[in-house]
Amino acid sequence: MKKLVGLIGSLLLLCGLLFAGVKSLTPRHAAGGSKTLVLYNWGAYLDPALIKKFERETGYQVVYETFDSNEAMLTKIRQGGTAYDLAVPSDYTIAKMRKEHLLQPLDKSKLSNWKYLDPACLNHRFDPGNRYSVPYFWGTLGIVYNDQKIKPGQLQTWNDLWQPRYHRQILLVDSARDIMGMALASEGKSMNSTSSVQLKLAEAKLVALSPNVKAIVGDEMRMYLEQGEAAIGVTWSGEAAQMMQNNRHLRYFVPAEGSNLWFDNLVIPKNARHRQAAYAFINFMLKPENAARNAAYIGYATPNWRAKQLLRQRHQLESQLYQVDWRHLTVYRNLRQRKLQEYNDLFLNFKMSSH
Amino acid sequence: MKNKSSFFLIPYLMWLLLFVAMPIILLTVNAFTDTQGQISLTNLRAFLANGACLKMMVNSFWYALLITGLTLLVSYPLALVIANCRHQRLWLLLVILPTWINLLLKTYAFIGLLGQHGLVNQALQFFGVAPRQLLFTKAAFVVVAAYIEIPFMVLPIYDSLHALDKQIVAAARDLGANAWQTFWRVIWPLTLPGVRAGVQAVFIPSLSLFIITRLIGGNKVITLGTAIEEYFLTTMNWHMGSMIGVILIVIMVLVLLATSGKEQNR
Repeated sequence: MKKLVGLIGSLLLLCGLLFAGVKSLTPRHAAGGSKTLVLYNWGAYLDPALIKKFERETGYQVVYETFDSNEAMLTKIRQGGTAYDLAVPSDYTIAKMRKEHLLQPLDKSKLSNWKYLDPACLNHRFDPGNRYSVPYFWGTLGIVYNDQKIKPGQLQTWNDLWQPRYHRQILLVDSARDIMGMALASEGKSMNSTSSVQLKLAEAKLVALSPNVKAIVGDEMRMYLEQGEAAIGVTWSGEAAQMMQNNRHLRYFVPAEGSNLWFDNLVIPKNARHRQAAYAFINFMLKPENAARNAAYIGYATPNWRAKQLLRQRHQLESQLYQVDWRHLTVYRNLRQRKLQEYNDLFLNFKMSSH
Repeated sequence: MKNKSSFFLIPYLMWLLLFVAMPIILLTVNAFTDTQGQISLTNLRAFLANGACLKMMVNSFWYALLITGLTLLVSYPLALVIANCRHQRLWLLLVILPTWINLLLKTYAFIGLLGQHGLVNQALQFFGVAPRQLLFTKAAFVVVAAYIEIPFMVLPIYDSLHALDKQIVAAARDLGANAWQTFWRVIWPLTLPGVRAGVQAVFIPSLSLFIITRLIGGNKVITLGTAIEEYFLTTMNWHMGSMIGVILIVIMVLVLLATSGKEQNR
């Protein structure tokens, strides 16, 4: 008994010590402190050096929290457990958040650097007039291929992927909306289609693609393509940019039939506590110098035209990302839950039928 | 005295209530309500009417069976060897060691091994066999899953082998049974409880594997685990996801009953 008590006692002591250790290692940020900024962003989606710079310039303490899907972020913001001052949702999620009144309208008079934003990235349907959101990065859905295995120019359209010569060579990104969207686009249909017949046909078309599909993967695609495990990948431009930095044989393009255009924008949630800090950060990130630095570090396409010029001057511009025909691109619309379910069920069917 | 002992039970009861009973109750409530919060059987009906869901269920069952079979095939001889070894502790430690490594890391290690330029393919090339597609095959999925489950099968089998009275084995040999007869008629029946425990420990988690299906199976093997992940994280239809969860629990309980029922008859 004595031994047991001793054991429990020492365990408790150990826990206490560890707790104290954790406490002392975490940068102090009283949640109520007025000089903090609670930022909720995708993992590895901001140059850490910029956080340091922001803290130095403004004196705010940045608390950086990350999420890995729009849905996860939305759930947390809905529950309101933590009051985030800034979040970075994608287009269709912004539409959803707007509808659910989770966002604060922006006061653009506080954003002196707004003028650097490319008008092409503004005023899209998910947020008309950008009342609630500031473009952070944008991108497309397209094809990455290895020019050692596939001659440049040989692969030009979505429909080319169906050619038998690409047997077991294609990796698809594990996203129902994007892959179903790809099948729809290859048929010349809208990527926002809500017609059940069109969706069913798109699924059938995907099933026809399955002999060519090597796997349907997530972030691991980057590793597989860099190492030459597969020759072709269907993924987002930002992912492609990071792969191209590590393997110069990889090339990216957006097929001629058209594709998806997406935006990740900064928004201020309704229950944000530090609005001043949020505006200061948005303005900081809109500054061309900082936006360029962030884009060079992350590899995604910046919506800041001045930053793009800076990148070009410094030969850091990944021009393949920006070569897109804007007229052929569609932004995803926020579909009703039932339709979304249909997309996902059909995609799951496709996955199960692939061998 | 009685009061005192029931007082000490309180923390455990609280624990059970909060972390065992409550989640199951919440899951069940979620499963039997629709998106409007009305009590209904919509989800169950949707599950049964959806051919894809049924196929997934069969898939899960089939792969769990394969994984369990392969694990048993490797584990029983291994346990037998260890139980008759000199340095039993050391060998057991070696079997348990991989469980100290994070599941994701082990899976990634297999990606490296099985890849187009991986070690396995390099070895094959040495023997003159052209690089084979190993990753993203169903066989690879089953092998990796079995590898991960092996410690959980070896331990209970080893335990029952260890507890086996050596004199019984000696007696069997003495009375004229050959090695095979001794094993089949004496050792195997006496260690069956260990096998059963091992099968339960492997089969049940194998039903809902999902990260390996993606990383090693390349999402070409779809189990109920994948479906639950999708319903919760992508479409955010928690009610349907919960329903699949409940169905999975029911299957698990059935498996548990089926594998432990015989013991009482004995």
